[in-house]
Amino acid sequence: MSDRAEELGGPVLSKVSKWILWLGIVGAVLIVWRFGVGLGRSTGLNDGYPWGLWIAFDVVTGTALGCGGFAMALLVYIFNKGKYHPLVRPAILTSALGYSMAGLAIAIDVGRPWFIWRIPLGGFPDMGKYNWNSALLEVALCVMAYVIVLWIELSPAFFEKWKDSPKQGLANFSKKAYGIINKLLIWIIALGVLLPTMHQSSLGSLMLLSGPRLHGLWNTPLLPLLFLISCIAMGYAVVVMESALSSRFFGRPSHVSMLAAIGNVAAYLIWGFLVIRLVELVMRGRLGLMFQFNAQALMFWIEIICFVVPAVMLMNAQKRQDLGYLFRAAIMLVFAGTLYRFDTYLVAFMPGENFSYFPTVPEMFVTIGIVAIEIMLYVALVTVFPILAGKPTTAEAH
Amino acid sequence: MAFDRRSLLKGMATASAAAVASASPVKAARERKVVPEDARGMLYDTTLCIGCKACVRACKEANDLPADTRTPGMENYDAPTDLNEYTKNIIKLYKEGDRRSYVKRQCMQCVDPACVGACMIGAFRKEKYGVITWDKERCIGCRYCQMACPFNVPKFEWSSLNPYIVKCEYCRQRAGDKQWEPACCEVCPREAVIAGTYEELLAEAKRRLAEYPDRYEPKIYGEKDLGGTQVLYLSHVPFEKLGFKFDSEEPVPEMQQTIQHGVYQGFIAPAALYAMLGVVVWRNRRKDGAEETEGEA
Repeated sequence: MSDRAEELGGPVLSKVSKWILWLGIVGAVLIVWRFGVGLGRSTGLNDGYPWGLWIAFDVVTGTALGCGGFAMALLVYIFNKGKYHPLVRPAILTSALGYSMAGLAIAIDVGRPWFIWRIPLGGFPDMGKYNWNSALLEVALCVMAYVIVLWIELSPAFFEKWKDSPKQGLANFSKKAYGIINKLLIWIIALGVLLPTMHQSSLGSLMLLSGPRLHGLWNTPLLPLLFLISCIAMGYAVVVMESALSSRFFGRPSHVSMLAAIGNVAAYLIWGFLVIRLVELVMRGRLGLMFQFNAQALMFWIEIICFVVPAVMLMNAQKRQDLGYLFRAAIMLVFAGTLYRFDTYLVAFMPGENFSYFPTVPEMFVTIGIVAIEIMLYVALVTVFPILAGKPTTAEAH
Repeated sequence: MAFDRRSLLKGMATASAAAVASASPVKAARERKVVPEDARGMLYDTTLCIGCKACVRACKEANDLPADTRTPGMENYDAPTDLNEYTKNIIKLYKEGDRRSYVKRQCMQCVDPACVGACMIGAFRKEKYGVITWDKERCIGCRYCQMACPFNVPKFEWSSLNPYIVKCEYCRQRAGDKQWEPACCEVCPREAVIAGTYEELLAEAKRRLAEYPDRYEPKIYGEKDLGGTQVLYLSHVPFEKLGFKFDSEEPVPEMQQTIQHGVYQGFIAPAALYAMLGVVVWRNRRKDGAEETEGEA
C-alpha cells in the first residue's frame, strides 16, 4: 500500500479557479477598507450585538472546522488506530489553515488589534496581570499556542521536501530540524490534543457569561461539553469532506472505507451530543421552551433535525461505503455544527428588543474572502509539499 | 472494513466520564462576593425624577463627552436615545397608558461584575470603593464585556478608528474630592439620584420604603439582584417595565467561573491530562514501531 505522502507537483495557479482567486482578492481589499472606515461603518455590529458573523463563523465555527487535526490525532495517537495515518497530514493542514485564518479574523474583528501582543504578556508595561477567570483569555492563549503547535505538527512535510533541496544550508537545517521534531513529537502531539480540548470547550463556557440574556434552550452549564463533543464530530466530517474533494479534484486515493469508519464515529458523537442535550433540557425542566412559537424554538428544531439527519445517514453501514453519500452526510453534519454555534452566539443571545443585527455585504465578503484564501493556501501547499497520500496503485483505485 | 468499535466507545465513555466528573464536584465552590466595606453607590428614586436631564448634561461635561446629534430629526440637539459611545448616563421614559416613569441608566457597579470576569487582562477592575473602572492601556477592543454585562452598559466607539470602551466610572476623576459625588448626583435638582456610601443609601432606601409603602413597588432593585449592585433603585412601576428584566439573585459570573475554576483549579487537571496523553501517545507509538519492524504493516 503506497500511503506515503507525495506533493501534487505542477503549477499552483492552474489548480485554483479564477472565482476563488477573485473572492480572495475582494476579501483582502475589504479587510483593508474595514481599517480605513472603522467597525461601525463596515459591519452590522452594534452595542447590542457586539459579536457578529466574524466571531460566530470565522472564529467559533472556523476553529471547530479546524478540528480535523485534533479529531484525527485522537483517533490515531490516542485510540491507536494507526491505519488512519494517511488521513492525518491533510487534516493537520486543514486545521493549521483554519486556525490561522481564525486568528486573522480575530485581528480584523477586535477594535485595536495592534495591541493584541499585550494579551500573551498579560498587559504592557504592567505585565503578567492575567485574568484567569476569563474564558476568553484561556481561548486566546490556547489558540495562539495551538496555531504554533499545528504548524510544528505539519513541519515534517516541509522538511521532507527541503531535505533534498539543492541548497545545502536548507537541506542540512531540514535534516536537523526533522530529527528534533521527531524526538519531541510525542509531546507535541499530546499538546495538539490538550489545547483544543481546553479551548474548544471554553468556546462554550464563554457564552455562560451572557447567561441571563441567553435563551434557555442553549444556556446550560454543559455548554463546554457540548461544544467539545460537537467540534470533534465536525472535525471528522471535515476530514471526510476534504478527502472526498481531494480525491475528486486531485485524483488522490479516497480511502473510502476509512472515511466510512470515521463517519460512523462522528455519528456516535452526534448521538451522544443529542442525548446529553435533551436529557439536560428535561432535567432542568426546559422542554416547554421547544414548543413556544418564536424564532429560537424554530431554530432549535431546525438545528436538531440537521444533526439527526447526518447521524442517521452515517449509521447505515452499506450506504456509507459510497463516497458521494458520505460527502453529503458530512456536509450536513458540518452545517449542523455551524448552526449550533450561530444559534448559541447570535440567535440565543437576546440583548433586548431595541437591538438587531444582520451582517452587512462587506462583512459577508470578508468571511467569504477568508475562506477563499484558505482554499488557495491549501491547494498551494499540497501542490508543493508532500501532504496528501500518494497516487493509488491501480488495484486500490475506487 | 471492520471497525473496532468497542475500544473506541470505551475510550469515549472514559473521556466523557472524566469530563463530567471534573465538572460536577465543584458546584457552589465559588463563594458569593459581598459588598466591599468602603463601597459607594447611588440611589435613584423614580417618584422624584422629573426627567429634566440635567444629569445627562452634567455627565457629558464632567466626562468630556461629545454631543450626540445623530438622532433623526434632532440634529440640532444633544439627543442620545440610549447609552452609547457619547453617553455614559441617560434618562429614559417608560409610558404605558397613563402610567409613566422616568428611569436613569448608567453603570450599576455590580458587586460581582460580569465585565470584570470577562476582561482578558483586566482592563475592567473593581477598584477602591467598589467602583468599576476601565483602563484603555489594557483593552484591545474585543467587546467581551459587552457580551457579558447583563445591563448593556459598556459601549464601544463604533465610529472611531482607534475605538475605546465608554462606560460610567462613577466620575472617578473626582475620587480625591472631599465630598466625592458623581456629576449626575451633584446636579440633580430634586435629589432623585443621590450619592453616598452603600450602607447609607441602602438604609435610606429602606426608610423610604417603610415610610411610604403604597408609593413604591415593594423592592429595592439592586439589593440582591444578580448578586447585588451598588446602584440602588426605588420605583413606583414594576421594575421589568423599566428594563430590569432579571430577578435572579445569582451573580452572572457564578456559573461560568464555577466551571472554569473546577476544571482549571491550580492547572492540575490540564497538567495531568497532558501527562496522560503523552504517556498514551508514547506507548502507542512504541507498539506501532515494534509492529512495523516485525511485519512492515
